[in-house]
Amino acid sequence: MSSNKKYWKSVEELNENSSIVETLKQNEFVAEIPTDEFLGDKDTLEESSTTRRDFLKYVGFSTAAASLAACEGPVKKAIPYVVQPTEIIPGVANYYATTIANGFDFASVLVKTREGRPIKIQNNVMAATNGSANARVNASVLGLYDSLRVQGPKKAGDSITWDTFDSETTKKLTDLAAANKSIVLLTQTFASPSTDKLITEFKNKYGNVSHVVYDAISESAALDAYQAKYGERGLANYDFSKAMTIVSIGADFLGDWQGGGFDSGYAKNKVPNHGKMSRHIQFESNMSLTGANADKRVPLTPSEQKIALAKLYSYVVNGSVSGTLSPKVDEAVKNAASQIKKAGSNAVVVTGIQDVNAQTIVLEINEALQSKAFDPSTPIKTRQGSDKAVTKLVADMKAGKVAAVIMSGVNPVYSLANASDFSEGLKNVELSIAFSLKEDETSTQTEYIAAAPHYLESWGDVEIKKGHYSLMQPTIRPLFDTRQFQDALLKWTGNEDTFHDYIKNNWNSSVLGGNSFNQALHDGVYVYGSSIGGLNTGSTKTVTTSTTELKDKKDRTLVGGLLHDVAVGVGIKKEDEDEFTTSTSTSTISASNAVNGASVIGGVAAAKALVASAASNGLELSLYTKVGMGDGQQANNPWLQEFPDPITRTSWDNYLTVSKADAEALGLMNKHVANGALNGSYANVTVNGVSLTIPVLIQPGQAKGSVGLSFGYGKTKGLKEEMQTGVNAFAFYHNFNTVQNVTVEAAAGEHEFASVQLHNTLMGRGDIIKETSLEIFNTKDKQEWNPMAMVSLNHKETPVTDPSVDLWDEFDRSIGHHFNLSIDLNSCTGCGACVIACHAENNVPVVGKSEVRRSRDMHWLRIDRYYSSEESFDGDNEKKENISGLGSSLSEFGEMEHASENPQVAFQPIMCQHCNHAPCETVCPVAATSHGRQGQNHMAYNRCVGTRYCANNCPYKVRRFNWFLYNGNDEFDYHMNDDLGRMVLNPDVVVRSRGVMEKCSMCIQMTQKTILDAKRDGRVIKDGEFQTACSAACSSGAMVFGDINDKESQVAKLKEDNRMYHLLEHVGTKPNVQYQTKVRNTTEA
Amino acid sequence: MKKSYQSLEVNLTNNMRQVIHRILSKNTLSFSLIILLAFTSVLSAQEGDPAKGKSLFNANCAACHQLDKKMTGPALRNVETRLSDEQGLDRDWIHAWVRNSSGLIKSGDSYANKVYNEYGGAAMTAFPQLSDDDISNILAYTAEEKKAPVAPAGGAVVAQTSETSGGISNEIILGALAILFMLLAAGLYLVNKTLRRFATAQNIELPEDSKRTPIWKAFVQNQFLVMVLTIFFLLSSAYFVYGYLSQIGVDQGYQPVQPIHFSHKIHAGDNGIDCKYCHSSARVSKTSGVPSLNVCMNCHKSIYEYNGETSPEYSKDFYDGEIKKLYAAAGWDDAEQKYTGESSPVKWVRIHNLPDFAYFNHSQHVTVAGVECQTCHGPVQEMEVVYQHAPLTMGWCINCHRETDVNVKDNAYYTKIHDELSKKYGVDQLTAAQMGGLECGKCHY
Repeated sequence: MSSNKKYWKSVEELNENSSIVETLKQNEFVAEIPTDEFLGDKDTLEESSTTRRDFLKYVGFSTAAASLAACEGPVKKAIPYVVQPTEIIPGVANYYATTIANGFDFASVLVKTREGRPIKIQNNVMAATNGSANARVNASVLGLYDSLRVQGPKKAGDSITWDTFDSETTKKLTDLAAANKSIVLLTQTFASPSTDKLITEFKNKYGNVSHVVYDAISESAALDAYQAKYGERGLANYDFSKAMTIVSIGADFLGDWQGGGFDSGYAKNKVPNHGKMSRHIQFESNMSLTGANADKRVPLTPSEQKIALAKLYSYVVNGSVSGTLSPKVDEAVKNAASQIKKAGSNAVVVTGIQDVNAQTIVLEINEALQSKAFDPSTPIKTRQGSDKAVTKLVADMKAGKVAAVIMSGVNPVYSLANASDFSEGLKNVELSIAFSLKEDETSTQTEYIAAAPHYLESWGDVEIKKGHYSLMQPTIRPLFDTRQFQDALLKWTGNEDTFHDYIKNNWNSSVLGGNSFNQALHDGVYVYGSSIGGLNTGSTKTVTTSTTELKDKKDRTLVGGLLHDVAVGVGIKKEDEDEFTTSTSTSTISASNAVNGASVIGGVAAAKALVASAASNGLELSLYTKVGMGDGQQANNPWLQEFPDPITRTSWDNYLTVSKADAEALGLMNKHVANGALNGSYANVTVNGVSLTIPVLIQPGQAKGSVGLSFGYGKTKGLKEEMQTGVNAFAFYHNFNTVQNVTVEAAAGEHEFASVQLHNTLMGRGDIIKETSLEIFNTKDKQEWNPMAMVSLNHKETPVTDPSVDLWDEFDRSIGHHFNLSIDLNSCTGCGACVIACHAENNVPVVGKSEVRRSRDMHWLRIDRYYSSEESFDGDNEKKENISGLGSSLSEFGEMEHASENPQVAFQPIMCQHCNHAPCETVCPVAATSHGRQGQNHMAYNRCVGTRYCANNCPYKVRRFNWFLYNGNDEFDYHMNDDLGRMVLNPDVVVRSRGVMEKCSMCIQMTQKTILDAKRDGRVIKDGEFQTACSAACSSGAMVFGDINDKESQVAKLKEDNRMYHLLEHVGTKPNVQYQTKVRNTTEA
Repeated sequence: MKKSYQSLEVNLTNNMRQVIHRILSKNTLSFSLIILLAFTSVLSAQEGDPAKGKSLFNANCAACHQLDKKMTGPALRNVETRLSDEQGLDRDWIHAWVRNSSGLIKSGDSYANKVYNEYGGAAMTAFPQLSDDDISNILAYTAEEKKAPVAPAGGAVVAQTSETSGGISNEIILGALAILFMLLAAGLYLVNKTLRRFATAQNIELPEDSKRTPIWKAFVQNQFLVMVLTIFFLLSSAYFVYGYLSQIGVDQGYQPVQPIHFSHKIHAGDNGIDCKYCHSSARVSKTSGVPSLNVCMNCHKSIYEYNGETSPEYSKDFYDGEIKKLYAAAGWDDAEQKYTGESSPVKWVRIHNLPDFAYFNHSQHVTVAGVECQTCHGPVQEMEVVYQHAPLTMGWCINCHRETDVNVKDNAYYTKIHDELSKKYGVDQLTAAQMGGLECGKCHY
């Protein structure tokens, strides 16, 4: 790119130490301007005929003249390509299938590019592998345009060229190899067959090379357990769409548990179908997204969870395990066990306890159940890290045993608990290179920073699940002078190929088996029956043999239909098959499968060991990842910083979540200040002698005796000052254990949170969230659980939707399109992918922490989280109905405002409801907001004068006011304030200015485009073609968008569904957004 | 998309042929004059007819050959004499080459192979359909002397002067009239003065003006009239101020000077190139697209000079200079007939600027509605320098939406909605407004 060139005007400028250049940079003129000379001379000034008044007149006149002259419009330039690429048509979007694999998030995605710029990430519907685009993946496009990226290779802080880098590092590596010194590659999990092959080649060339895979948030226990049992390093795959009873002990599988991506399968069975739906029981300490979605949630401290799991094992499989649980919890475990047994192969058990025994037990339970949802044959490959190897590496480095460290995609100085040991170790290393996007905590301490490209600029391949391949392709030319790790490996191994050629050759020879590479690249995904040999054993010999074997079987299928599901099951290699038959027997200690020298026990022994390890004293800290921030790689992403956590509804922070009882005991409190914002006390939190001061957030549902803290915050390097929020929880992550014993003490001061929704409960106002139980849903009349609001007309109860009670004449919308959005409260998990997708599609500005605190957040789409103070919403209703008298109402309502210890949670995405009888439209004095016949409530920004009457009159509070100019404003130094960040803006949607009201448009730019495409092709539009950004991003199928005038469309059918209701129906706004009543499967046993 | 490009390809060759043909046939008249003059001297050596040869040359050879300039193939002026003088090759060789050059190359002919290699290994298309006479005619045409540049005709200059004289005469008439009126006024004043002097001299008492209230005082006293007039003045000034203010930002007639003088008159008018040949994305995209330079070079690789009508302001040299500017921007070395790779994008001045808050899609209007480009852009084919024809105000958009019927012919999308809506409104043809084309959100989002 042109930015690589250095331009100079004089040779002097090439001299780095030139004083004159320095002076010239500061001053326009080298000589001093003689201001004193003419201002200091009093006599001349007094003699001057120009008086002060005259001077002001001149100033006034010239200002007026200048502004008059400025009336003329600016000259705009249109600069066409010199040679236009054939695939680019200005104004038409191109889509490319690629894959994100940043070591934490793995997903096959579609990238929307406009004029060569990636502007949005979407789900790749062809990818049937887990890992649809979550909120972070949706936001990752902004990382490409991060202004703080490293723009070229650096050595000790100074920019160098890649040639210098190559010659210096190659020489050093060759020297080290000649001396047989230890070279270590410390990388993220690539799960990339080609990269693995390349690393093997690198090992062969440089001899004493070891490859250490490091996951910042480790799944080592689960990996070890799986490896011991099945001989391959991977994670068992679960398909929750095949499970009717799900018991999770501490597994946040709707979050980031074992790589995440299970939500779409989970959501399928959450919708009652022929009177049946799944039942989900969750035992956990922190209130997680998964717990919030569970039909039954039991708060347990981490140590209690271990006992509960052991007991569950003994109830379900065999044996007796001692261990004490409170009778209530024991009852719950027994109950869960009986439900599991009843469901048999339709049940599945998962756990998030970071303990090999716990993970082994779970594998055994699922095997004993022959669970349909449990799929050990196609393990997930997206976590490969080994705690022991990393620990050993740090020790070796400190001891000076490591001569060279080459890192890629990792930031251990930030994400290791013993980061100081690692930094010390780095100083002992002769050669240290970090392939990094940023000058982060680690790369600033290494000798070389090898500027790495963003995944949208890179080539790559990923095996997300065994046999499920994805390709990563660049969607833009590299913005900076960057090089990816694999290309560097190729250089070092003396290979002249680019990584693109390398992947292509590797795929053609060992993956595709004759299928077209271009087709695979076009689809982004490719599946065949079996993998090409284990990752760790990936030698060329194995590769070729297994390929020939497969050729005979002829069971390859390209993804694109349901075919691949058939193909998945086939893929067990001959040598693995024995393992499958033998491994069903419990409690085998197999020495051959020992992981890293340590043996893994199974069965009752494991359960007993688990109970033995469940010692607790005092408070237990559970470290977790937030949906928005994950492991913190994208901490400089303003969309994610402003993304409110689905549970706490707090943005721009991490915090210690404490149960109400513990908070009271410790003297910690939360309070609301006058403007409704939330303040919380600070606490000194100490783990293993490391102490941090952390703000406290009282979390309903937090298990008593436990506290929670999320990873991903507290970064200090490589991100803007605004984004340096929260504390670094990795400091507490000793021995890669997410559970730590902790002491908490109240500290002085109050923390100001940016929370967009407070902790109050719904208080039985069930018409916002309608919720019922499966039993009532199945047995009672619709009017019982989804009543229509009634109004009295001539002393007769009439439904409010009846035209005879309406003040307004109805506009006939039966002709043309009439758009409706249906949101199923059952399948919505609250994951928030839609919130970010909406941000990206509609150029929604980021406003920053202090503005969010003032309730000026600009989210067009928010996901409200409601607690009910009782264990069920019905309980709240009952209580409300039974209130009598003023005294009782005061006290009981007061009580109901506080969420209970273990509240039920419901999520409700809210955007503009596009009311057919919109209250906002009638009050606008300038008719800036009006209704279209297609059902959309239009907002003409250029017409708006900012009276904000509409926002006042909106019953749903979905209108957002631009208090400031958020683009090109240094006060709001987020992506819209620099040229690079603005490249992400959607050119089809206007960027709103100050003083203008804005709101959800139901993605009218997308519906208009669909219509225009159909008109151009001269065809009728099919159901499913109409999408909004949110409905397209919703992988759980909770949001369905379409045309209700098309009677065959899904959304038209959903409108006739019994569960359908409109928000605040009795107001008579007739919204075009429908909700489907939430049904909970509360049936015990 | 691919398909439309293929059709582009076809368009391209067609158009190119057309362009060349037109340019060359422009000067047929002046050429034939010279041919007549030259005929006697050349005829002795050649038996062909240069006039027939010319049309044959234009139809078959001109895509790759020029008379005086090396293009895809060598320059062909006096090719026969050149070959016989330098290479000793006779007309048989030429026949063999023209009818089957690759055969000649394969047969190992040394000069044929030399030419083949010199021009990058591209064999000349075989023309077996050309008879010996045809080839003789073409050779006769190539053997003509290069004509001297024609002196610009005097017509334009004459027109120019007559135009200027007309302008002056108007001013003179006006001036004369003004003087006449001044003389008249002075005369009347003098008459009046003299009469008064007479009266004074003869002691005739002039009737004194009675003490009438002056008209302005009467006016001031009539408060009603004052009120009415004030209101009238306020209203009318408000009207004019409003009118003035609404003109701000409306750049109708905006005609900026462009970095390269691209004449739409020559391209779209004289040569009749379809608008969408260059502005191809208007068919599929929201932007009509300023053509990239490779589109220009599709034709201008072979059109290196201008041979059309000229005027003193826009001479042949001027236009040729503009083509040179294009070559510089596209990085085309005309002498070597290859790209240098040193290109620089042209920074055109944008004429039609819609504000960001208004969404406009060309394909909706061009492809779906079938609106002519000229409806909004005016007679571009007559514009030597393009200007903004339409005001591009919202009122202008809305008017058209109210008046224009939707083009629903052969469009399955419209079938159902048009049937139902036209029944509802009781019309045969729906306007864009009736289809919802006046809704705010259709253009503002």
